[in-house]
Amino acid sequence: MTQASLLRQITDYANRANPYPLYEELRKTPVLHEGDGGPYLISSYWDIESLLHDPRISSDAANLAAAGADEMGGPEATGLPPSFIRLDPPEHDRLRRIANRPFGPPHSPHKMDSMRPELAEIVSGLIDGLSGEGQIDLVDQFAYPFPVTVICRLLGVPREDEPRFRSWVDPIVAGLDPDTGREDAERQKTAQEARLQLGMYLAGLVEQRSKEPRDDMLSQLVTSHGPDGPMTTMEVLSTAVLLLIAGHETTVNLITNGMLTLLRHPEVLRRLRDEPGLAVNIVEELLRYEPPVQLVPQRTCIADIDVRGITIPKGSRIWLVLAAGNRDPERFEDPDRFDPDRRDIQHLGFGSGVHSCFGAPLARLEAQIALYELARRLDNPRLVEDPPPYRRNAVLRGPRHLNIAIDGVRPR
Amino acid sequence: MRLVVDLNKCQGYAQCAFLAPDVFAMHGEESLVYNPLAEQEQRERVARAVAACPVQAITADGLDDAGEPPAEPGQEAAHGR
Amino acid sequence: MDGDAFLEWLRREGRIVIVGASLAGLRAAEVLRAEGFSGSLTMIGDEPYEPYDRPPLSKAVLLGKASPQHTELPRRREIDAKWRLGVAATGLDLAAKRVRLADGDEVEYDRLLIATGVRARPWPKESEAQLDGVFVLRTRDDAAGLHRRLKASPRRVFVIGAGFTGSEIASACREQGVAVTVAERAGAPLVGALGGVVGAVAAELHRENGVDLRTGVMVTALEGDSSGRVRAAHLSDGTVVETDVVIVSLGATRNTEWLAGSGLGAGPRGIACDAGCRAFDFRGIVTDDIFVAGDVARSPHPLFNYQFLSLEHWGNAVTQAEVAAHNMISASAERQPHMWVPAFWSSQFGVNIKSVGVPSLGEQIMITQGSLAERRFIGVYGYQGRVIAAVSFDNTRWLEFYQRLIESGAPFPVEFPTVDRRPEGRQPVPADFPDPSLPSHGPTVTLSGYSPADRRLVFTPGRH
Repeated sequence: MTQASLLRQITDYANRANPYPLYEELRKTPVLHEGDGGPYLISSYWDIESLLHDPRISSDAANLAAAGADEMGGPEATGLPPSFIRLDPPEHDRLRRIANRPFGPPHSPHKMDSMRPELAEIVSGLIDGLSGEGQIDLVDQFAYPFPVTVICRLLGVPREDEPRFRSWVDPIVAGLDPDTGREDAERQKTAQEARLQLGMYLAGLVEQRSKEPRDDMLSQLVTSHGPDGPMTTMEVLSTAVLLLIAGHETTVNLITNGMLTLLRHPEVLRRLRDEPGLAVNIVEELLRYEPPVQLVPQRTCIADIDVRGITIPKGSRIWLVLAAGNRDPERFEDPDRFDPDRRDIQHLGFGSGVHSCFGAPLARLEAQIALYELARRLDNPRLVEDPPPYRRNAVLRGPRHLNIAIDGVRPR
Repeated sequence: MRLVVDLNKCQGYAQCAFLAPDVFAMHGEESLVYNPLAEQEQRERVARAVAACPVQAITADGLDDAGEPPAEPGQEAAHGR
Repeated sequence: MDGDAFLEWLRREGRIVIVGASLAGLRAAEVLRAEGFSGSLTMIGDEPYEPYDRPPLSKAVLLGKASPQHTELPRRREIDAKWRLGVAATGLDLAAKRVRLADGDEVEYDRLLIATGVRARPWPKESEAQLDGVFVLRTRDDAAGLHRRLKASPRRVFVIGAGFTGSEIASACREQGVAVTVAERAGAPLVGALGGVVGAVAAELHRENGVDLRTGVMVTALEGDSSGRVRAAHLSDGTVVETDVVIVSLGATRNTEWLAGSGLGAGPRGIACDAGCRAFDFRGIVTDDIFVAGDVARSPHPLFNYQFLSLEHWGNAVTQAEVAAHNMISASAERQPHMWVPAFWSSQFGVNIKSVGVPSLGEQIMITQGSLAERRFIGVYGYQGRVIAAVSFDNTRWLEFYQRLIESGAPFPVEFPTVDRRPEGRQPVPADFPDPSLPSHGPTVTLSGYSPADRRLVFTPGRH
């Protein structure tokens, strides 16, 4: 295997079902650069961890565009300003603080905890709907509708509009896929148009909410009056686009990867049925073992930086391969083993540093509740095909379908 | 249950304050204030908080990684005196 | 018995005594057991309480979010110790390997760990210190008394010394709506620890939150009423502040008096030990059966040319205790050095302040991220052309990067660009530390020269 082919193999859809041997190969060259203006791939745990806290690494979309790559679409092209995931401090910090006000502490400390009964009810309802079937597609019948319902309620987006916004979300997410081989320019253009359309759709809701605020995050974002002031309308829209997409596209993978992993480890699935508390540690281990975001391809260095004696020149793009770091034997004992009792799980699944996942507490609760209830209520679940068919995306990696045979559904 | 947070490690990710809001609270954007003696009824929430801490900064009675069976709070001191 | 056989015997049935039943003592005991020590373990503590955590006493407790009686430390494991609580150690016989206790008992040891920590420096005028309403804040009893008094709606609280603890107390008072005056000898709060540039930000925080901050003044007298209650504080500028609670927050004194005459290298700056936590005797010869950890220790640090360094830091107490415990029951080849980079935090006025390294050594400071005016920033301290420390105000997620700069002796000034660099951060400016021979609240890190006997009592900072 030549080094030059490794990046392409990682993004190659043929390797989606099991990229981990490629990551192991990748870690042998912890700073991999193929030349030709390509990115530097960072794959060891400690290097990723330190670069996530390195102020010489920028997330700013403008810096990335200057570096000659624009996987997510530049601001001019979409008409929407970049969301905070693609900004550096201080703008990132300001927008994230405002977004956090209606979401979590210090201003809304009980928000997440108070959602637990509602999350459980949605899960129970979806599982009720599986009864009478001998085979289910966990993605379409559970793992997708659950987080979509949650993020719609949280933001105040009508659930029945899901088919509409899905038609925009899919191309936006496809635009996140750094598969440079596939008609990249065309894909980016489609993604940018979709982002604008989703923004315009949300603009209608935002306008409504600014006139008649309700108890939802869209209303709270447009009426925010904290020390950082309100967001501009455009900032509200790009934040809402971000939260809507990030709020379900990652969780669907976390839940599906989780159930797939449990079905491959039936003894753990059995234990979970009797030990609800085990879900907490299982989800952390899943975030290490099968993270829903495999890599962060959007960073640029704004200074020459040395990593393991290799100088990454100023202006270079950097990919932080989180999923490779999560299996780094220099950090984790027996890293390729899924161990629900592992105690030392300081994973990179949610990133780290100022950009660490905004929705992490929600994703955790959703996955904990979902996996426990699935384990408890599905009677004799078996994988119909292994590996299952995967989504195209190399960044947001997870099965497109997960067909499971069941003998029935146990009562609530 | 007794608990302590290593605030040198803490980077203010607030996962504990999201998940166990009656035990952990953010004081400003980044400072964590917590009750070092959590009610027993908070045990499940504290367990979630301990597991979710991105920097593994929380130590709580009986939830730590030492692998020992949890000692009942106060037990040691009681039999030691 | 040869070395190996002795060690095996020690681990199996030796007697280990730990003097100091607080954070360092407890964590050391846990490590001893975790590493297989199965002999007898005695924990001696002068306070009548099992080990409790102190940082919450000036934060969560004063904010009413925790009880002063309930900050006991969680246990990482069963330690199966014999507890001698409420009995201070009063002497040490090196030759007989015995610790003398206040109640007349003597406890023999094969290995001794000293973790007696520090105590709050009291108000120097004893009659005034004894007035009702005059407090220090170090122990659980201090906190309980102060908490009671603050709940009784005092007219005004008067804090002497604007170091970290004094500032945290003032912050908690303001949050509860209590009027507070802070008197500080230096030009601003926190200057001893963080210098004048950062101190100016701290002063703004005080004033904006309604603290009556008086800087550049000394308290000349505390005045009591006829019933022995404090009623006013007199300042060197001639002003008088009426108050009914005074909190003396003038730093700490190391608990080493009980070792006077023992032959250990112990004095007001602490107990000297080597990088392996073994205590020196007064001749400068290292012992092999007495170990030191926590606030009371002073040990040579490679980052500072092996000068002895004393740290009143929570994290240092934990790591030094872990190293000491490991070394106490390990053969020489297995021993580890204690090389912790100083790290510290404080929470006040809703702002998270953290530092790494030794800011008080800094000649210059550079604001490499954020802005002083917004009170969200990283300040980097330079000493002789290298990065020696960094401080963050509500910017802690970047701090570990700067710790690596300190550890690698990175050059100062910081020339490379960083995200969120403002025009103010392009050039270093003097860090503006006060003359250390005029101590006020003092830094929480002290470099104390090269002498293990601790005879050099005058602090000479390395930058002169």
